Amino acid sequence: MAFLIFLFWAAVTLAVAIALSWGFRRLAAAVTRGEMHRALRDAPLTASFGMMVILIYLVVAILAPLIAPFPERMVVGSQFQPWTAEHWLGTDALGRDMFSRMIYGTRNTVGIAFATTALAFLIGSVLGLLAATVGGWLDQGLSRLVDVFMAIPSLIFALLLLTIFGTSILTLILVIAVIDSTRVFRLSRAVAEGVVVMDYIEAARLRGERLGYLITREILPNVTAPLVAEFGLRFCFVFLAISALSFLGLGIQPPTADWGSMVRENATLITFGDITPLLPAGAIALLTVAVNFVVDWQLYRASGLKE
Amino acid sequence: MSERQVLLQITDLKIDGKSGDDWLPIVKGVNLTLHRGEVLGLIGESGAGKSTIGLAAMGFARDGCRISGGTIDFDGIDLRKASQEQLRRLRGKRIAYVAQSAAASFNPAHKLMDQYCEAPVRHGVMSRSEAEQDAVELYRKMQLPNPDEIGFRYPHQVSGGQLQRAMTAMAMSCRPDLIIFDEPTTALDVTTQIEVLAAIRDIVEQFGTAAIYITHDLAVVAQMADRIKILLRGDEVEEADTRTMLAEPKHDYTKSLWAVRSFRRAVQAAPEGQPVVSVRNVSAAYGPVKVLEDVSFDIHARRTVAVVGESGSGKSTAARVITGLLPPTAGEVLFDGQPLPADYRKRTRDQLRHAQMIYQMADTALNPKLTIRKLIGRPAQMYLGLRGRKLTERIRELLDLIELEPDEYIDRLPSELSGGQKQRIGIARALAAEPRFIICDEVTSALDQIVAEGILRLLDRLQGELNLAYMFITHDLATVRAIADDVVVMQQGRVVEQGPKDEMFRPPHHPYTDLLLSSVPEMDPDWLTRLLEERKHKDHPLSADA
Amino acid sequence: MTRVLRMIAYRLALGLLTLFVVSLIIFGATELLPGDFAEAILGQAATPETVAAIRRQLGLDQPLHIRYFEWLWGAVQFDFGTSLAQRGRPVADMIWVRLGNTLFLAAYAAVMAVPLALTLGILAALWRNSVFDRVANSSALSAISFPEFFVAYILIYILAQGGWFPSMARVPAGADLGEKLYRAFLPALTLTLVVTAHMMRMTRAAIINLLASPYIEMARLKGMRPSRVIVRHALPNAIAPIVNVVAINLAYLITGVVVVEVVFVYPGLGQLMVDSVSRRDIPVVQAVALIFAAAYVLLNLTADVISTLSNPRLMHRK
Repeated sequence: MAFLIFLFWAAVTLAVAIALSWGFRRLAAAVTRGEMHRALRDAPLTASFGMMVILIYLVVAILAPLIAPFPERMVVGSQFQPWTAEHWLGTDALGRDMFSRMIYGTRNTVGIAFATTALAFLIGSVLGLLAATVGGWLDQGLSRLVDVFMAIPSLIFALLLLTIFGTSILTLILVIAVIDSTRVFRLSRAVAEGVVVMDYIEAARLRGERLGYLITREILPNVTAPLVAEFGLRFCFVFLAISALSFLGLGIQPPTADWGSMVRENATLITFGDITPLLPAGAIALLTVAVNFVVDWQLYRASGLKE
Repeated sequence: MSERQVLLQITDLKIDGKSGDDWLPIVKGVNLTLHRGEVLGLIGESGAGKSTIGLAAMGFARDGCRISGGTIDFDGIDLRKASQEQLRRLRGKRIAYVAQSAAASFNPAHKLMDQYCEAPVRHGVMSRSEAEQDAVELYRKMQLPNPDEIGFRYPHQVSGGQLQRAMTAMAMSCRPDLIIFDEPTTALDVTTQIEVLAAIRDIVEQFGTAAIYITHDLAVVAQMADRIKILLRGDEVEEADTRTMLAEPKHDYTKSLWAVRSFRRAVQAAPEGQPVVSVRNVSAAYGPVKVLEDVSFDIHARRTVAVVGESGSGKSTAARVITGLLPPTAGEVLFDGQPLPADYRKRTRDQLRHAQMIYQMADTALNPKLTIRKLIGRPAQMYLGLRGRKLTERIRELLDLIELEPDEYIDRLPSELSGGQKQRIGIARALAAEPRFIICDEVTSALDQIVAEGILRLLDRLQGELNLAYMFITHDLATVRAIADDVVVMQQGRVVEQGPKDEMFRPPHHPYTDLLLSSVPEMDPDWLTRLLEERKHKDHPLSADA
Repeated sequence: MTRVLRMIAYRLALGLLTLFVVSLIIFGATELLPGDFAEAILGQAATPETVAAIRRQLGLDQPLHIRYFEWLWGAVQFDFGTSLAQRGRPVADMIWVRLGNTLFLAAYAAVMAVPLALTLGILAALWRNSVFDRVANSSALSAISFPEFFVAYILIYILAQGGWFPSMARVPAGADLGEKLYRAFLPALTLTLVVTAHMMRMTRAAIINLLASPYIEMARLKGMRPSRVIVRHALPNAIAPIVNVVAINLAYLITGVVVVEVVFVYPGLGQLMVDSVSRRDIPVVQAVALIFAAAYVLLNLTADVISTLSNPRLMHRK
């Protein structure tokens, strides 16, 4: 029976999602002009769905204190209250309002994941571009170092480092960013390598251009498109990794409202047939799906434009 | 030939290609009639739709293409209405295909013999052992070395010219009525090309196979085809018997194709004074592999030195040594009599400025994200310190010089230009530095012939106006004839012969120069026959490859 | 042939070297521990005397490189010292049974996922842009985006609530294979769903790439049947890319196992590692990390060797 109910709601959700994305695409195409307008008008429904979801998350994250009916950390009732008019999603194991924590979770979880990805990108792409452009021992040294780091599965490596440095938000961000920057390094180096072999780079070198000019003016404009797409993918990985760590109790620590730990704290409800703990997990999944849809569309566009 | 039976009849063929979400016409209504045993040459520049037509003659359209109109009638079978199964039974058995790159078109996982036998055995033409015997026979006819043994090698163990012949043998395996040759010699060096051409022509004649021979090279098709059809951007221009077509082309476009090879640079005064660039006893190596040995030559102002050789001869390496990208292991490069530092990073800005380079592929030589203004402006800004209005003026001057309208082009991106225009921007960028010496690395070989000729004329004019010294790296002797004053012939990293152009094109030659010169196809349908005849008498080795 | 052997020997040596450096990192990372290892063990009870005693007992007064080689020498013989949390209990004892359980779970998931993913991936590539391809592709994209615990709890909600499968995967000692398969079904299914999505997408991309080769077009133009084009012309060249895809995803299983074991309270290495991290039981964390990393390196090495062997260019020199 549970299965049939699940199927029914899945079908309803899908229908609503399709209708909303269609409407969003019409709206987005109506308010934009030129190149952007054409791109949005021709975007597949999956991509417009993705953009819509990302936009909603963004608004919720920024306006969290205005939307949430209760403060993030306040105990407002008894434990595990069911869904009521006052507490839309009930209360959690300590009696805090679930709905409010979901709202604040958007800000915390997504914000931390975003900061981590940005840091990973800063480290990884700067080193990757340098390695590809300078070449020689710098390239060899960095590449071998990254090879070794990548020989350790990232979650395991993260667990090891968190054991040692403890689990504060700052160490969490640093640890995940450093581990993930190895992947960014690989990609940005590979992409830049493809550009560096071009004759126009040789021409610039022979002209006597300095390293800074080479990287910022000649190489960077040619690698931004793939790097932006990769930023989306890396964000998904980082977001999932941080959520997994939080779920394991080793990531973002209470009392900060965070989706991964909310699932962990309230998981017992699932065995009683209450889906509330699935909601934060679903929120994670939804954002990741959305970002993936948009990235997929961008990659498809990039490959289509090349022909 | 009209008394012969018609084998292939294509009427009003239309083919579309997918571009984004739209279908754009690639072939716009082409008619074609081919008789049994006849060879038709399909000629056109890139984008003319000739390969697409070739594949359509097999009832095949690549992914992203569709046959949208017309009929294709092969020996009474309508290929557009035929079922996939019917088409499958025709392909390989009655219509065979020879691709441009044999190296990519042979499956790397199987031996040549397995790939040869596949079609005859699968189509039920003969048994495996018969097919193997037949293969050896054909390999011998195609003058492949070790015909008994070569079939048991993997594709990567066989050279390019041999693979191309093995692919022709494979196409012959079922004795088809029709073979489509899609630029079979384009990727080969000239001396290798000769053998493949000779072998193909020989075997097609022997078996009386009809063929469609697709190429962009007029001289090649003149040797191979009975009739020639000219295509331009998916439309047919004209069609005639080979000799008629060569002797009296009717259409303007055809005439312009014929005329391109006529450009000859005016004879220059003998060189005087100190050479601008002087390469002295240079040897160079990539790691342990020696690529240049004891190479010397001089380049004077207002003169063009053509460095000629096949792939692997070291001609491009010589350019890398001069520009300082590859420091030599011995010898030196002098500029105005003064030695240049071996590594470009140790050269002064002025030394860098005076030696500029123009590349073969304008696509990769221009940064796609920079506008023409930035591309040309940067060297002027860097070397000559121009800024603001003065810089803009200079850029406009340079655009005028390369015959592009400044207002129209100055803020465009390279992707908004045609191939020839891109190459002109490459030239303008080199000129912006106001150099005295320019290296032109195969600057015309990626371009269609008419466009290439325009570039050569431009370079010639600029040389006179700006007192430039050119080093022209090329494998194409037609280019050498057109523009060089002096010629340096290279083979396997050494200079085998050098001197003024007139002396070089007059016998006696060094044997390698002779081989190279005689291998360049001429626009004479009897050229190949005559050449093979001569070589047979002289007992000339065809090449190192055979 | 000797050339290939030399090549494989080279890869093996490189793999060993990687493992060696990995062990250095895992061991060296512990040295970054703020404060003293001995203090960490004693916590509140740390006095200068007890700290010194523990240091001597654990050999912490020895210089770094000696301690490293002693640890490595022990690790090679599967002796990882003793647990800090459960005083005196050898780490190896805690690991043995759990390693078996984890391998069982990973193998269980792999057996389901690999054939499924390869079939779906190849079909999607062959029927590119069909409805099947689009549905398979966007479902896979969605599945990739789901956190493992989300998939796990959905399965629990759907399949365990009705009592069809147990949501707690505790396997009693001495259970027979059928019992084990039944109890571990949900965790294995979770892993399968997550890994299949990744593997399918990669297989599809690899096959599409392969089908665009000129020699595939040539085979079609020779009039070969579609089935023969696939089996005879595409497949032999697909081994290397497919093996790589499988290896990457099996390696991914290693990471996935951690979360899934925690959700289903499955007594494997992943759960042990998570518990040990929260207890800061460093010898156990080191040991488990080393085992996971070794498995990861070995998988990639195997893939490398198989692709080498399937490449005719390397097998048959000029």
